[in-house]
Amino acid sequence: MSTKVHELAHSRAGDKGNTSNVSVIAYDQPAWDILRRELTEERVMRAYAHLASGPVTRYELPRLRALNFVIEGALGGGVTISLARDAHGKTLSYLMLDIDLPV
Amino acid sequence: MTKTRVRIGAGAGFSDDRFEPALELAERGELDYLVFECLAERTIARETLSRIKDPETGYTPYMRDRLRMVLPACMQAGIRIVTNMGAANPLGAARVIRRDALSLGLPPPVVAAVVGDDVTEIVRAHPELRLLDTGEPVETLLPRMAAANAYLGADIVREALARDAQIVVTGRVADPSMFVGCMLHGLGWSYDDYPRLAAGTFTGHLLECAAQVTGGCFADPGKKDVPDMARIGFPYADVDADGSVRLGKVAGSGGRLDVATCTEQALYEIHDPARYITPDCVLDITEAEFEQLGLDRVGFRGTRAAARTDTYKVVVGYHDGWIGEGEVGYAGPNALARARLSEQIVRERLKLRGFSYPEIRVDYIGMSSLHGMGAGRPEPYEVRLRVAARSPDKKAAQAVGFEMRTLNVNGPAGGGGTLEALREVIGVRSLLLPRHLVHPEVVIEERP
Repeated sequence: MSTKVHELAHSRAGDKGNTSNVSVIAYDQPAWDILRRELTEERVMRAYAHLASGPVTRYELPRLRALNFVIEGALGGGVTISLARDAHGKTLSYLMLDIDLPV
Repeated sequence: MTKTRVRIGAGAGFSDDRFEPALELAERGELDYLVFECLAERTIARETLSRIKDPETGYTPYMRDRLRMVLPACMQAGIRIVTNMGAANPLGAARVIRRDALSLGLPPPVVAAVVGDDVTEIVRAHPELRLLDTGEPVETLLPRMAAANAYLGADIVREALARDAQIVVTGRVADPSMFVGCMLHGLGWSYDDYPRLAAGTFTGHLLECAAQVTGGCFADPGKKDVPDMARIGFPYADVDADGSVRLGKVAGSGGRLDVATCTEQALYEIHDPARYITPDCVLDITEAEFEQLGLDRVGFRGTRAAARTDTYKVVVGYHDGWIGEGEVGYAGPNALARARLSEQIVRERLKLRGFSYPEIRVDYIGMSSLHGMGAGRPEPYEVRLRVAARSPDKKAAQAVGFEMRTLNVNGPAGGGGTLEALREVIGVRSLLLPRHLVHPEVVIEERP
C-alpha cells in the first residue's frame, strides 16, 4: 500500500538564494507518524534529484507536526539569475506532495 | 506615549501586491500602525539604476499610489505608517510623500527617512569581505556592482517613530524589523528584551507577506478551501506589552486565518527553525505552537531568541548580463515531436549565427517547465516550447527570442503563439558586514 504526501499533509515552498525550503505540515497525528517515519531526507533527495544538486536537510517541528526540508542547489543558481519561468520555485511544494510513501 | 497594547496591520506583502486590503485595514481595522513591505532582494539594485538615471526616482513604483490611497484615513485616525518603499531613495521618497499629502489637502505630515542601509562604498572599500555562498572575496564582483544594502534592524525604526514621524520611509530594513520597530516604540520594550523580541520577530515574520497568512498561497480545492478569495483581507496583530500576541483580520473580509495558514507561513523561507537570524535577534521557533482563539483569531506561544549577531547581512546587486527567451506552441497529434524539432532548429540556427551561451534552458510547458522532466510523464495534448539563455552579450541574448519568432514561418507545422522577451539581469549575493561599519540615521523631511 502506498499513499501520496498530498493525502497526509499540506506544504509551502520558499526561496533564499539558490536554496528552496519546503515545509510539510501533517493534517493529523496518524499522518504525522507516517511522515516522520517515511519522508526521509533520502526520499526527498530522490524526488528532487533531477532538479537540485542537494544536499537536503530535514528539520522537525513536532509541536507544529511539521517537517521543514531545506533543499540546496534547487533554484537554477538563484532567483535573480535563474533561467526558469518559476525562478522562486513556488511550485516545488507540489513535487513534495506528489511523493508516494509506503503505509 | 507608551501603550499597553498596539495593533499593527500589514498593508502589502510585496511590491506588486493588491491595493484594497490596506484601505480596508486603514478604514476599519482600528490600527495603530500600518506596515507596507515591498522590497524583494533585487529591488534596491534595480531602483538604484533608476535613481542614477533620474535622481528624483529610486523608490518603488507603486509607492505614491499606495500611500495616497491610505493617507487620508491614516491621518484622520492617527495611524502611523512604516514602509520600506523608499528602496534606493528614502530621502526623495520622503519629499514626494510630503508633497502628495499636501496636494491631497491634508495637514503636512512629519515624514522620517531612514538612511544608512546603502553600504555600497563601504563594501567597495573592503574587497576582502567574503560572499556567504561560496566564501570567495567580494572583490571579483566589485567592477559589476550596482548597489550594496544592509538589512537594518528595528532599533532605527523605533528611533524614527520616536521623532514623531507620521510616516517612516526606509530603504533596506529586515522585513520583521519594521513590525518590531513599532512594538519597541509603542510598547516601550527594551532592545535587549529577547523574550519580547522573539514574539515580536515571529509576529513580523507571520505578517510580512500579508495575505500569505490569511488564505493566500493556500487554497487547494477540495483539500484546503478558502472562502471569498477574491476579497482576501490582510492580517493585523494585537501585541500586548507583556509580549503576548493575537493575529486577526477585518471582520467581513475574505480569506481564512487559522492554525493551518499560520503554520504554513511560520515556516516560509525559514531554514534552521532554531536559528532564524534577523538584525534584532536569532529566533528559535522549535517550541512554538499556535492556538485558535476564535474565528480568524490565532495566538501563539513558545518562541525564544538568542542575542543578535554582531554583523548585518548585506545584499550585493551586480550586473550579470542578459537573459533572452522565446516561446512557441503546438497542439494535437505529434505536438511534442514538433516542439522537439523546433528546439533542434533553434539551437542550430543560433550556432550558425555564431552565438554560444554559458547556459541554455529548454522547457516543454505543459510537461516539464516547473518540475523538470521526471520519468514517465504523459505526453500532453498541447505543449509550448520555451528556450531561454543567458549571455554577457545583449545581441546574443536577443537572438534567442528572435529565432523563436522566426519559427512562425520557418519552423515545423502548426506552430503558433510565439513570444519573445529580453531582460537585463541583476544578480544578488550576500555577505556579512561588521555592525560598527554601518551607520543608520533618521532624517526628518520638513520642507513644504
